[in-house]
Amino acid sequence: MAGRMVLGSAALAALVRPASAPDPAGGHRVLPVAPELTGLLPNRGLRRGSTIAVATGQPRRSGGTSLVLALLAEASRAGSWCAVVGVPTFGAGAAAEAGIALDRLALVPNPGPEWPTVVAALIDGVDVVVTAVPAVVSASVATRLAARARQRGSVLVPYGRWDGADVTLQVVRGVWEGLGPGRGRLRRREVTVSARGRGAAARPKEIKVWLPGNTLTRVIPRPARLAAASRRGALTLVGSA
Amino acid sequence: MTGAPVRTLLLWCPDWPVVAAEIVDGVPATDAVAVLHANRVVACSERARAEGVRRGLRRREAQGRCPQLTVVDHDPARDARAFEPVVAAVEEVAAGVEVVRPGACALAARGPARYLGGEESAAERIIEQVAQACAVESQVGIADGVFAAGLAARTGRVVPPGGTPEFLAGLPVEALGRPALTDLLRRLGVRTLGDFAALPAGDVLARFGFDGALAHRLAAGRDHRPLAVRQPPVDLAVTADHDEPLDRVDAAAFAARALAERLHERLAAYGLACTRLGIEAVTAHGQELHRVWRHDGLLTVTAIADRVRWQLDGWLSGSNGRSGVRPARPTAGIVRLRLVPDGVLTRAGLQAGLWGEAGEERERAHRALSRVQGILGPEAVVTAVLGGGRSPADQAHLVPWGDERLPARPGPPPLPATAPSNGLAPSGGAVPSGGAARSASPPWPGRIPPPAPAVVLPEPLPATVHDAAGEPVTVSARLQVSAAPARLAVGTARPAEIVGWAGPWPVDERWWAPAEARRRARFQVCLADGAALLLAVEAGRWLVEAIYD
Repeated sequence: MAGRMVLGSAALAALVRPASAPDPAGGHRVLPVAPELTGLLPNRGLRRGSTIAVATGQPRRSGGTSLVLALLAEASRAGSWCAVVGVPTFGAGAAAEAGIALDRLALVPNPGPEWPTVVAALIDGVDVVVTAVPAVVSASVATRLAARARQRGSVLVPYGRWDGADVTLQVVRGVWEGLGPGRGRLRRREVTVSARGRGAAARPKEIKVWLPGNTLTRVIPRPARLAAASRRGALTLVGSA
Repeated sequence: MTGAPVRTLLLWCPDWPVVAAEIVDGVPATDAVAVLHANRVVACSERARAEGVRRGLRRREAQGRCPQLTVVDHDPARDARAFEPVVAAVEEVAAGVEVVRPGACALAARGPARYLGGEESAAERIIEQVAQACAVESQVGIADGVFAAGLAARTGRVVPPGGTPEFLAGLPVEALGRPALTDLLRRLGVRTLGDFAALPAGDVLARFGFDGALAHRLAAGRDHRPLAVRQPPVDLAVTADHDEPLDRVDAAAFAARALAERLHERLAAYGLACTRLGIEAVTAHGQELHRVWRHDGLLTVTAIADRVRWQLDGWLSGSNGRSGVRPARPTAGIVRLRLVPDGVLTRAGLQAGLWGEAGEERERAHRALSRVQGILGPEAVVTAVLGGGRSPADQAHLVPWGDERLPARPGPPPLPATAPSNGLAPSGGAVPSGGAARSASPPWPGRIPPPAPAVVLPEPLPATVHDAAGEPVTVSARLQVSAAPARLAVGTARPAEIVGWAGPWPVDERWWAPAEARRRARFQVCLADGAALLLAVEAGRWLVEAIYD
């Protein structure tokens, strides 16, 4: 009996460490995000336990979903598990293009009235939980979910109106390139994303990113110098005509 | 090699492929039916035989002799599947059955003959049993050895003990079932098995090789091969009956744990593991809930108990909610729990992933997702698989979590496996061109080029498109757009101005199957507020298929 107690206290001692000591799991506390988005987030990544809301864009349909995909991409690529709740219109092709590993991405398209239970269950086991916010969410449910995420160390990404998030990202403007009157096709979009939040993120920030970028749409890869030269050639031709 | 060949009873069902086609596919075997493999008749029905159809005929010849012939494709799996009940019926009467081939099974005659009072009565009893249980006609032959019994069954004979060599001696050499050897023997003047058996064994071995020597032994009635008796499949399901109905989840979960342990012990005893598990619960009022759970890895005791608890949790404590989404709450306690393992495989064949795939995180995620499946049902948690297809909705296929990830249509993934960094960077590395694996899959010409839309509507929204003059925009059969689209109205919303558009990109899919045929012309449009949409026009109606959100 005594031996077991000694063993138990030894196990405890291994767990207890002074506050000044470096956190051994510190490297895993922040999930990575794409380098372009690090400036928007207080920890330069998705800190485990935080709530990072993505508000629907001001002009609707101007890049909110793409922003969510971009947030997940780097973490998913690094091996994290993600879940998307309540988005029956989820575009799997866009997710794969953004770099999300689809075999580590679970979708719950229609959670129905069990929404809080489902999100809570997913928070228990999945690293990043994206959830479309239903029309009515009581403040107590929102607080409880955020607290659960904090306790379990997963990142909650509500997509929609959500009060009390650590950071709220919003697409302010999106401009597509590549489509003219009757010709061309959609190639890339410049998106202006704003971030506001609490604490370290209180100061509002705004950045411009390509979302999606043109890395996928350039079908013929060429050396950069050659491409630049040919573009200049095309410009002179138009100018002389 | 020891003593005389085993006295064997062989049950033979004539024209089994035809009978199997009747049992499985409902082709009436009383009509003229022929089963063909590689354009040759493999088996035919009695009626077709009367019309002159024979084995080995070409399809044309067979149809020429019997114009009303129904032709069925040969399917060995169908034959074997249909024969399974027959074997089970024989096993009701006698033990130790060997399936020689679909349509014929053999067993040692000694046991049934002694038990049922003689070989003739045993044969009658078995034929009767098969006829009653499966409504299948059969014949029985009894002789020394499987080979002789098979030949005896053709005529329904019982060859007396020791009389097998004489019985065989009168049969033609074709009975050996070795066409090349038979042909040679005929040309050498050997016409019956008796003639063949009379040849010296050493010379036969020297001239015809090992297979010839084996045939020689068979022809002489020295068939010493013992029966390869089939092991009847073990019943692995475990059941627990409760006199006191269980009406609380924790009590049911406790009972389930004990049941799961029993199942696990039973599976372990056979060296098996199950990847799918059916859980059945029956209430005192006879309501039943059955659900099948899938699992990538092995289902441990805890995992089984968890699943029982989740399933019953959703049922016992659930609201009397929408039917279809979840079953109605039971009106009485549970009296019977039953676990039925499915997808059973040998335990050694299952291994976890090598490079940390099956880590702790994966385990955690799987538990959480299975939990959600327990709340909402197994189909509510899905995972997307990309395959071939022309529209974004066709390319993505949603499979329930835990199922095998197979795309709905074969095809390349819409992007190379090694995607360039993340699509965010304004300039990235060169896009790798498709590899060898990519060129092997179908190309799907006419697919929508990347980037893929982030919002894909499961049901396209109706829309209207007008030109600058206010006239509806139409696309002619020759893909002539009547005028440049200028305004788009989705549903009843206010029209939005179109600032950029491209199209029409036509697709004409599955025109050979009228029910699935789809003829559409797609457009990409950009609206004044910055939104971009994928539109399609089909039969004059405009639809919003996806949104580049």
